[in-house]
Amino acid sequence: MIHRKLSIVAAIGLIAVAVLGASPAHAEPETTAEPPVVELVLDVSGSMKAADIDGETRMTVAKRAFNEVVDALPETTQLGIRVLGATYGGENKKQGCRDTQQIVKVGPVNRVAAKNAIATLRPTGFTPIGLALREAAKDLNGAGAARRIVLITDGEDTCTPPDPCDVARELAAQGTDLVVDTLGLAPDEKTRKQLVCISQATGGTYAAAQSEEELTERIKQLVDRAALPPPVTPAVVEGAKDCATAPLLAAGVYTDRELIGEHRFYRVSVNDGDELRASVSIALDRPLNRDYGVLIKAATVDGRELVRGLDAGSGRADVISAGLRWSGDEEPALAEISDICLIVSNSFASATAAGAPGMPVELSIGLVAASQAPDAPGLGRGLLLLFVLMIAGLVAGVLAGWLTRWWVAKWKEN
Amino acid sequence: MQLVLAALLLADPSAGPAPLVSTAGTSYLTAVSIAAEQPVKVSAVTGDHLYWQFPATAGRRPELAIDVKLPTEGRTGDHAWTVEVFDGLRRRQACVGGEQSPVAETSATSMTLGCRLRQVRSWAEPWDGDPLPGTYYVRLSSTELPEKDLGLPVEVSLKLTAPTGDTGADQGSLAAPLVPDNRPGEVLTTRPPAPVEKEDDSTFSFDWLPDFSSRWVWTASGGVLAALAGLVGFSWTRRRRV
Repeated sequence: MIHRKLSIVAAIGLIAVAVLGASPAHAEPETTAEPPVVELVLDVSGSMKAADIDGETRMTVAKRAFNEVVDALPETTQLGIRVLGATYGGENKKQGCRDTQQIVKVGPVNRVAAKNAIATLRPTGFTPIGLALREAAKDLNGAGAARRIVLITDGEDTCTPPDPCDVARELAAQGTDLVVDTLGLAPDEKTRKQLVCISQATGGTYAAAQSEEELTERIKQLVDRAALPPPVTPAVVEGAKDCATAPLLAAGVYTDRELIGEHRFYRVSVNDGDELRASVSIALDRPLNRDYGVLIKAATVDGRELVRGLDAGSGRADVISAGLRWSGDEEPALAEISDICLIVSNSFASATAAGAPGMPVELSIGLVAASQAPDAPGLGRGLLLLFVLMIAGLVAGVLAGWLTRWWVAKWKEN
Repeated sequence: MQLVLAALLLADPSAGPAPLVSTAGTSYLTAVSIAAEQPVKVSAVTGDHLYWQFPATAGRRPELAIDVKLPTEGRTGDHAWTVEVFDGLRRRQACVGGEQSPVAETSATSMTLGCRLRQVRSWAEPWDGDPLPGTYYVRLSSTELPEKDLGLPVEVSLKLTAPTGDTGADQGSLAAPLVPDNRPGEVLTTRPPAPVEKEDDSTFSFDWLPDFSSRWVWTASGGVLAALAGLVGFSWTRRRRV
């Protein structure tokens, strides 16, 4: 009984040590927190006069929602507000399409000033969404790591060209992390398509608001999301066309762009006894044909494939990703340090937007100690094991008995 | 029973009901951390891709149960949803149980999704896709729906359970769990130097001893049984004394 208790205590000790020992390994590495920044871009064009949300005008509802959001803003968030179509009421399209101003500068929010600025807004002019996005991206330049724009509008761009969706893709391709979330106020079909396209191009989200409650809740949610920036800002890298000229990468997270059907090469130095871990995600930032796939290959510098990771999918998705592990343990031909080539390719197809800029690629590389292949099991289990041991014991017992009898008989003879 | 409870308390210093998680990430990097048995309730819209992440250790069998309250107004067709699980290297993991990708009819008000993973192994070859200890990502999204139905409000609740399976089933261990190395990358101009060979410590260690599992019990009982059988066998060779 005592032994049993002891063994239970020992077992619990072992389990506790295993759990406690394992948990710190999962802790996220410390990162320096940059203040999250977000800019709200509000459409104040003439169409906001329409009184179709709970019997009130879209403008009134949007103003109330904004006030509530400003009140509930987390202390650390830096917020800016930009409006479009707010001042020019005339018919001149050229002038109306330049009508966008920043009414609250990006920074820690002065609630009273922000509310006063919102209160003076009157629905007036055109809807230059493309220009407003460009300006908003400029407003956020150099501020913080992850930049988020929340675009709130009730109608499509009335100033195309440029198509706001192309503008969004172009902004996202400029290398810095910019996400545009869009919100349609009682949107019609054309507006919805445009907003979905803008959010898809930048990895943002789209939502429709039919009531004040929905609008307020969604803006709050988007601002809260902006307050939780990603744990890392990926480094920008440009993969090469072949392995010889490929950039040499350290462990970490990278971002790149890859055209449809393009192959991008990267190099990683792997020490003997290390394991290479790589994963890649390609964001589906444009309309694509139904089926698609991504492939990441690890190869030697002279082109011999070592291992591959791949995934395929179809239908709506935001990213498609694949990963691989490789360690040189079983490759004695490779040197002490081997340069491994990583090749990222895709099998997308698009009927409309196959050209530059390429699709966003996120590459994550890890180098850790290689894991040893385990020995054969030292312990067994199951009834067969018991049976075999029992038979072996029985045979050993019988043999031992005969041996003793023979030995005793011999001893008696002498 | 009390001992088991004590062990649980030891393992989890922040014992007590886990707080409600009311957010979800929108990408792998921003995925929101959840723990087993922690309630998750998030409001979102159709068309969102929602990301969570959770850690799993060897021997666990993670299982997800998800409820989606669908929008009552404005739907014009069937919505296909899917829950996908990826490991720390963003490799797709198979669901061996649960309704992974159901289709909600236009009239349905809610739907349930589920995914049970294979038991997390303690080691696998690098060329293998088996589930390993480390981070796991969950992605919930609507895969096919009428374009008109995008952006309607939904309510998602998710629950993760991770019961322990047969912990002794596996040999070997992973040198480092599959946890993504989230630091900014760096393009190198020169090769990093090879590490200096470390000399083996000659200190005595118990690493070769397997962790406690049912195999210990089986093997030890086998030994006892063999000893008894040995005695029986030995006694057969003796003359019976009357």
